[in-house]
Amino acid sequence: MTNLVEIRGLTVEATTDSGRWFQILKGIDLDIAAGETVAFIGESGSGKTTAAMTLLGYARPGCRISGGTVRVDGHDMVTLSEKERAALRGTVVAYVPQSAAAAFNPAATIMDQVIEVTRIHRLMPPDEARRRAVDLFRALSLPDPDGIGDRYPHQVSGGQLQRLAAAMALIGDPKVVIFDEPTTALDVTTQVEVLRAFKAVTAKRRIACVYVSHDLAVVAQIADRIMVLRNGAVQEIGSVDDILTRPTHPYTKELLHAFHPDTGGRIAAAEAFATNSVPLLEINTLSAGYGPPQSNGQPLVLAVKGVSLQVKRGTNLGIIGESGCGKSTLARAIAGILPASKGDIQFDGRELWHSARQRSREQLRDLQIVFQHADTALNPAKSIEDILGRPLTFYHGLRGKARDARVDALLDMVRLPRALRHRRPAELSGGQKQRVNFARALAAEPKLILCDEITSALDTVVAAAIIDLLKELQRELGLSYIFISHDLSVIEAICDEIIVMYRGQTVETIIPSARQQPQHPYSKLLFSSVPKLDPTWLDTLNLDADRMRVA
Amino acid sequence: MKTHSSTGSRASTGFIAARSGYRVNTVGLVSASVVIFWALVALFAPYIAPHSAGEMIDLDYFGPMRPGLWLGSDYLGRDMLSRLIFGARYTVGISLAAVTIACFTGVVLGMTSAVLRGPVDMVVSRLLDALNSIPSKLFGLMVVAAVGSSIPVLILTLSVIYIPGAYRFSRALAVNIDTMDFIMVARIRGEKLPYLIWSEILPNIIGPVLADLGLRFVFIVLLLSGLSFLGLGVQPPFADWGALVRENIGGLPFAAPAVIVPSLAIATLTISVNLLIDNLPQKIRDRSAS
Repeated sequence: MTNLVEIRGLTVEATTDSGRWFQILKGIDLDIAAGETVAFIGESGSGKTTAAMTLLGYARPGCRISGGTVRVDGHDMVTLSEKERAALRGTVVAYVPQSAAAAFNPAATIMDQVIEVTRIHRLMPPDEARRRAVDLFRALSLPDPDGIGDRYPHQVSGGQLQRLAAAMALIGDPKVVIFDEPTTALDVTTQVEVLRAFKAVTAKRRIACVYVSHDLAVVAQIADRIMVLRNGAVQEIGSVDDILTRPTHPYTKELLHAFHPDTGGRIAAAEAFATNSVPLLEINTLSAGYGPPQSNGQPLVLAVKGVSLQVKRGTNLGIIGESGCGKSTLARAIAGILPASKGDIQFDGRELWHSARQRSREQLRDLQIVFQHADTALNPAKSIEDILGRPLTFYHGLRGKARDARVDALLDMVRLPRALRHRRPAELSGGQKQRVNFARALAAEPKLILCDEITSALDTVVAAAIIDLLKELQRELGLSYIFISHDLSVIEAICDEIIVMYRGQTVETIIPSARQQPQHPYSKLLFSSVPKLDPTWLDTLNLDADRMRVA
Repeated sequence: MKTHSSTGSRASTGFIAARSGYRVNTVGLVSASVVIFWALVALFAPYIAPHSAGEMIDLDYFGPMRPGLWLGSDYLGRDMLSRLIFGARYTVGISLAAVTIACFTGVVLGMTSAVLRGPVDMVVSRLLDALNSIPSKLFGLMVVAAVGSSIPVLILTLSVIYIPGAYRFSRALAVNIDTMDFIMVARIRGEKLPYLIWSEILPNIIGPVLADLGLRFVFIVLLLSGLSFLGLGVQPPFADWGALVRENIGGLPFAAPAVIVPSLAIATLTISVNLLIDNLPQKIRDRSAS
């Protein structure tokens, strides 16, 4: 046997609620050698996680492995009994989940959970396991490796928790590790550290890795080979260099293209930006935060500290910063969800109340907000028709035929088939849901739309399509957007002006059309942390200088 | 390969894919027929009962089952079948009325508290907690002792006893839904309370609320039977099923059907209601299925 992992003709089937079975993986062949990293890349629903899970011999409830073989270190995971598979999981194959925060038990200390694998498989005495764990913590460059195990999961940061999840997977000394989008939920600045730690540890131990991701740039840093999946079938498989420089399949080309969003079309707006001086939204020294008011009238924790900004009619403002910098709080304060504690908001020439409750219906209609997670922003119990129809009835008094016609028009506007109107949100894909989420804001016919990280839960191709749609609608309807994101490429593609936020304050304003380079050390760090398609980027990156200056 | 074939798994779930696009469960079908059966019996009692509830027709008491006296006779020689049929009216009717009032009030208050929070939530929660602290049977005894037993009094008493439970349950569910972004979207659209609770929250909690309603229906049937057993429920010559058990308890040594049959009736109704609610027809959302 030459390869550690050999997959031959693998098919997986899923069942629907009427009992019909259909294929979600349509015959996959793959070999992985020891110490090699193969990335599974594709949009959501392409079957990349399903394919990775078969290495554990696992199919999600309602799914089953219907054909083919998955040989891992000589064992066929498909034909083994559940008990035999369980014996291999953790010792031969291990898994690092997407959300470490959800994977840890909040009621037990980190150390107990990390060494659990050795306890279950009776690999070594607890004291030895703890020493091993500490070594792993050190190898993954976690701070305070001797003490971090005594903490509880909520006492460490998201990036640290993700590395701890990797330690949990590595403690049983597996030969294959599956990373399921481990950095998707992290900031760019944190992502760099986590990727480095993963790369160092797996290379040193010659562990074969399967890295599931939708981010081509991240994959370029960590993988040796890339397998591109779509609709459950392999589109293309090749070395990182081949895929990045000589893609042959149209879908791969599309993926690569999505990585360089089209910044054209902003020139006209940039001109408008220069000539048009009437601000649509003007904010002066706005502060907002959480907790009970203190003696000075300010809340206990101030998340936004005296931010001022302007949005001119027909132009877009981008707000960028890492999580916890106060960018979402700022959006909530503007929308009136979290009443600002200080400062004033001028909208369309009139002063706005801080609390949405006191604003008039007309003011609420003019300023819409689109939330990040379309899953929670759409009521799962209602049809798309009802979701889009409600603002039409509420703001414009439309009913019956007029309302139906307008719902159709809105679905056309966001490029969704009209037949979707009878479906429920759970029956749509992530990109479709986000389009519905956006169409609901359009239904109100607003002047300004606050987009809070609306593309960050989507994969690159879908996100690029949404951005194109947003630009097109802006040309047609004369909207303005405030675009909040931690993804620089998205913001650069659509915004006329970018504000960099750090610890509740704006540190810099950048106008991309003027080819302006960031000056502030934090902006520099942020901009340089965005992964590049160049496979050598991570190894040559030197962020420490920037990080020192920010600190 | 996984062991089960596609046909095997289909048979094991045992459902009928009806043409209507709803999946109907066999258990649900059977329990629904039992519930409908008792509802029809209650509705048409005067037409199907062979005798009136108070008429004595047998010379013997605790008579066995025999032609003409299909369920035997009770402790006064009355026809048990007729008494059971008339008893269905009280047991099903009073319990249904009480559970509807209790759950409607409780769920509406619960959702309102969850959406408004603050002082409203505080006051309503504390008041209902206080009510909850009174033992239910004692509360029933006290009310009946104070104002006397009549059907409206029984319905109101039973519903008041079960409002706090329904309130707590629905509030807990609604608080979870209230933190979702779509509620936030509706709030900043400017929606008012009735829309928020009926259109945004209720459809998301209706499943557990119905399950809770079934459970509470059973509690009410049992509490009503308990009250009747103590002689505080429906007054003679009429009797609900609980009262039938009590008045015929003397028939136990004779294995008289008069005491067994009403107990079985209570059991079939309460169990069926629960099974029905756990197995309501589900809409099949996979449209490409044949």
